[in-house]
Amino acid sequence: MALLENKNCYLGNIGIIITIFNGCTVGRMDNLVEMNELCFERNGRAIFSNVNLTIPRGQVTAVMGPSGTGKTTLLRLIGGELRPSRGNVVVAGQSVPKLRRKALFQLRRRMGMLFQNSGLFTHLNVFENVAFPLREHTRLSNAMIRSLVLMKLEMVGLRGAHELMPSELSGGMSRRVALARAIALDPELIMYDEPLSGQDPISMGVLIKLIRTVNDALGITTIIVSHDVQETLSIADYTYVIADSKIIGEGTPRSIQANQSEQVQQFLQGLPDGPVPFHYPSRSLQQDLLGEKGA
Amino acid sequence: MISYIQALGRSGIDILQQYGRAGVLLYRVMFHIPNLRKGFPLVLQQIYAEGVLSLLIIIVSSLFIGMVVALQGYHTLAKFGASQELGPLVALSVARELGPVVTALLFAGRAGSALTAEIGLMKATEQLSSMAMMAIDPIRRVISPRLWGGFISMPLLTIIFNTVAIYGAYLVGVKWLGLDAGAFWSNMQASVEFHADIVNGILKSIVFGLVVTWIAVYQGYDAEPTSAGIANATTRSVVYSSLAILGLDFVLTTMMIGGW
Repeated sequence: MALLENKNCYLGNIGIIITIFNGCTVGRMDNLVEMNELCFERNGRAIFSNVNLTIPRGQVTAVMGPSGTGKTTLLRLIGGELRPSRGNVVVAGQSVPKLRRKALFQLRRRMGMLFQNSGLFTHLNVFENVAFPLREHTRLSNAMIRSLVLMKLEMVGLRGAHELMPSELSGGMSRRVALARAIALDPELIMYDEPLSGQDPISMGVLIKLIRTVNDALGITTIIVSHDVQETLSIADYTYVIADSKIIGEGTPRSIQANQSEQVQQFLQGLPDGPVPFHYPSRSLQQDLLGEKGA
Repeated sequence: MISYIQALGRSGIDILQQYGRAGVLLYRVMFHIPNLRKGFPLVLQQIYAEGVLSLLIIIVSSLFIGMVVALQGYHTLAKFGASQELGPLVALSVARELGPVVTALLFAGRAGSALTAEIGLMKATEQLSSMAMMAIDPIRRVISPRLWGGFISMPLLTIIFNTVAIYGAYLVGVKWLGLDAGAFWSNMQASVEFHADIVNGILKSIVFGLVVTWIAVYQGYDAEPTSAGIANATTRSVVYSSLAILGLDFVLTTMMIGGW
């Protein structure tokens, strides 16, 4: 599917799109997440200005971009941890910024998020970490919780590690445990914040495979924020590239790689200099070395 | 000049915002009392972590403080031929002032700093965020049990402090310096009033318990999520708590002496 060019056409404002592959309609798919004219500022600096973005149900959508461009902020806006300065974030038909606390928490039960640092509770072992949302949100018996937790851990390949403490896990294992915990309540949407950063090639391969497998096996929607270009593009159905507080490129992995924008190409190929300069803005070297006063 | 006034105004607004955030935090804790099934075990855990684990420092400190007050008091009272009044002197000093104040200061150093560091670290390692994203309110799950745990522990620790300090004074006054045990206890019983001395001391400790734990959890919750930020928050927690204890002690003592 990712190999085919697609074109999304909005039908009115009900959030339903028709996906057309090579000119023929193959299905109707509604968007789980929509961002409309989104603006977000922090300390007077615009992180996003007039960003429009849609995340279709059941697909893996990658959000990529250089460090500090607000990729994590984007996830926090979707999760309702942050409120936009202007514009709207709609998740499952609900406007997140307008939700009251109780409704927001209800909505979050339908989401899972894997944080960059895993966010495992250090005082609980692996089993209890995964069991945590089940104990908090359900009244299932201990036997049922045990079965569910072991099944989730089996899915990420860590059933044998259920008695270990987070301090005994490697970085890759921590993220797999966090993934098991994130899917404990069978969410509709799962968001990954830099799941591959700092991982060795084997862990990276395992995580990439898991993200795709979990998405397809559970039929959920995935948003993956990353700057590991090749690995992320290998599993993404659709990709957004963010820089300078706006979307500078979007499309399927193939079309994004063929994108002619210098900025997109600099990011994808990891070129040290280009639209994003190697040097931090400053006076000329001569002025600094000779101690000249100037602008 | 204008920039100076601007900076002054900005820092004033920052301080007011901090008070506002701390007030909202306290409001949310006080009006979201942990429920019996899930919250009570968490509060018990915190009473253990904050109260029971502080027992050693409280018992050792109170024993020595009682002994020192007895030793100092005996030599001063002996000059006036009033050494038999050692029991009342120690009991009143401890029950009215030393018990609540020193317990609160020790609690702020031992449990308050640990609370701030723990919550700050949970914030820095995204444990609080992941909890919130799991639709679990970190204030209800993390902050509230800790605040209630401290609030309940402090008066109990103060009672233990008072008891051990008086026992320390008994060891020095009666067992070492040879005062009559009957005079020591009967004079103490005759001088100490239950309401004016004991209850007022416990009331102070309840106020200190609330304030110290509130400062500790707020500093942790509001900490900048970096190692330097957590270190600063922990320092602030102990400094602000100590100042608040001493300032509030003066205010409460004034109110109590004035009969409210």
